[in-house]
Amino acid sequence: MNLIRKKAAKRKFGDNQIIRVSVRIMAPFIQLFGLYVIAHGHYSPGGGFQGGVVLGASFILLSLAFDLEKTLKSFSESMNAVMANIGVLIYTGTAILCALVGGLFLDYAALNSILPIGPIEWRSLGIFIVEIGVGFAVMSIMLSLYWDLSSGGDMDKGL
Amino acid sequence: MKIFALFASLLTGAILLYGVQDFAPWGDPASPANSHVSSYYIKQTVFETHVPNIVTAVLGDYRGYDTMFETVVIFCAGMAVICVLRRSRH
Repeated sequence: MNLIRKKAAKRKFGDNQIIRVSVRIMAPFIQLFGLYVIAHGHYSPGGGFQGGVVLGASFILLSLAFDLEKTLKSFSESMNAVMANIGVLIYTGTAILCALVGGLFLDYAALNSILPIGPIEWRSLGIFIVEIGVGFAVMSIMLSLYWDLSSGGDMDKGL
Repeated sequence: MKIFALFASLLTGAILLYGVQDFAPWGDPASPANSHVSSYYIKQTVFETHVPNIVTAVLGDYRGYDTMFETVVIFCAGMAVICVLRRSRH
């Protein structure tokens, strides 16, 4: 880990105006595309895992082009942990809610007794809710893995 | 000890490869996987879930348990890395 960092410091990876400006321009569009992949999973290839990875990759790109502290300002460490927990809670919470309102575990059609829009529509909507949870969790965990592995757990500069 | 670990993984791999011999041939239309559930999903997914993308419907609804514990596994992996590596107090 130290060797990589020394090499990176010597060659000044990413210390380049072109890379910084283009990453700053690209990042919002990558994030928008990640949200699109999550939201459009019903109609095209995509879904929670893929969209979450794209969202996480946009933050990883930011922390590669700048340094870790810059990313930590926009997406703090505690916020990241909260997002990962919320993502898993959305999934398991939806599943348990289905069981509480009288259906089977993970049987989204049972949610029809809360908001009557039809059991089949609820199965479609339930998949969407669950994908959002997966997207949250995957995004935060991807980013947290990168933070920890690139800085050796110090969360200071990164690569 | 490393030799022992290598031997154990080679043995496990050999057992798994031995088990694979009993699988149905690749793409066999008469295999159980292709003759029961696949045709059911292809025919019924749109009527039962209103999701045109069969992969999403199988992942999120029919195989919901699998996806749920996949998410939990990813979560546990992230938490484990945080527990082992992270030292900062931001």
